[in-house]
Amino acid sequence: MSSGLVEKFKSGLWKDNPGLVQLLGLCPLLAVTATFVNGLGLGLATLLVLMASNALVSATRRWIQPEIRVPIYVLIIASLVTCIELVFKAWFPDLDRSLGIFIPLIVTNCAIVARAEVFASRNPVGPSILDGLVMGSGFALLLMAIGAFRELFGQGTLFSRMDMLLGGEPMRGIVIADGGWLLLVLPPGAFFSLALAIAAKNAIDRRRKDANTPIPRRARTLNR
Amino acid sequence: MAEQPIWKSGVTLAIIAAFCTALVALTWQLTAERIEINKTAWLERSLQPALAGLFFDSSVTESMIRIPQPHELPGTEDAIVYRVYAGDEPVAALFVVSARDGYAGPIRLLIGIAMDGTVTGVRVLEHRETPGLGDRVDTTKSDWVLQFDGHSLRDPELAGWAIRSDGGKFDQLTGASITPRAVIKAIRETLVYFDANPDIIFAPLPQPVADDTEEPE
Repeated sequence: MSSGLVEKFKSGLWKDNPGLVQLLGLCPLLAVTATFVNGLGLGLATLLVLMASNALVSATRRWIQPEIRVPIYVLIIASLVTCIELVFKAWFPDLDRSLGIFIPLIVTNCAIVARAEVFASRNPVGPSILDGLVMGSGFALLLMAIGAFRELFGQGTLFSRMDMLLGGEPMRGIVIADGGWLLLVLPPGAFFSLALAIAAKNAIDRRRKDANTPIPRRARTLNR
Repeated sequence: MAEQPIWKSGVTLAIIAAFCTALVALTWQLTAERIEINKTAWLERSLQPALAGLFFDSSVTESMIRIPQPHELPGTEDAIVYRVYAGDEPVAALFVVSARDGYAGPIRLLIGIAMDGTVTGVRVLEHRETPGLGDRVDTTKSDWVLQFDGHSLRDPELAGWAIRSDGGKFDQLTGASITPRAVIKAIRETLVYFDANPDIIFAPLPQPVADDTEEPE
């Protein structure tokens, strides 16, 4: 069973990473990753919503008629996102202001509906929560990686404003340089950074590929 | 699977909707108080720039009044005024008003004015001006908005409250003239209102604070 678990984590974090391979949820991924702390904050929020929505969808899957499943997913996800938004406003108000509209916009993160439809609606609660954890972690790690990359090369710092998550005085983080390549902080930088991340993943996959392993899976649609 | 009657789907949907509403209501119950505290804390923090250098001992957020429409202040909504006192003496008033003629929608401004009519600080609270051009009225982007500190309607005279290209005394922003014009106009109108309406601005709160020397009956 543990090898299955390892496989599952490999799939969520690498092989089927929602951001890198499935290319789901790109709007928040591109919009908020100007700094590490923003990536971490939105990553955590998405992870929590994904786990909770997978749990609820899985728990109610016996009563949900296929005709009305989409409105029900929307209801569940929208309520959960509202709850997470309230929690952020209460405990991480600065982070909430910094992420702004992108917390409520988790509703439209298609990675969440995709997992509800593909996995949680046909699996028991336990595995569904695990799926949410794994897929959410894959997404969050990508957000953090891109956030760290853009922050480091775009403004020359790392882990700045971690106080938004940890509390306390404003932190400047690790200051490496006084400023950086501004383009990386601006929206185009998000596209370039994601492209670099996907290219790096494909390069690593190719290097590791043996003669008998199949070609790594690329971006694909949800059509089964 | 057999065809389900439509009312069954409706009932399922209703039950799940009720459950989701309950979930949100519960979370709201648990967080509402903290959210309110955070809002006040943030407000106090954001008022700080306009309070610099003032001596006062009152709670600024508790002394808030609304000046309802119609008023001669900038903006189409009710204006918000935070009064600052030292003891019983008014020290300054902080206005939250909207410059309506920004390039992209209203610009929410915090304008602090001391009793002698000088500006203690101006900050842009909310705006949708063009990034790289008009958004430099924001202190995180440039120091433009700091040039008003210490000025009043005597320095310069009313006609001088304009950008240089309009014959005024204040700097404009390269590539953006609509935004600075709107901000300066709002400050000027607020200064004029401050001079003309001290009785409205410093009117006692509708519900006076209870005198705690009085013994309860």
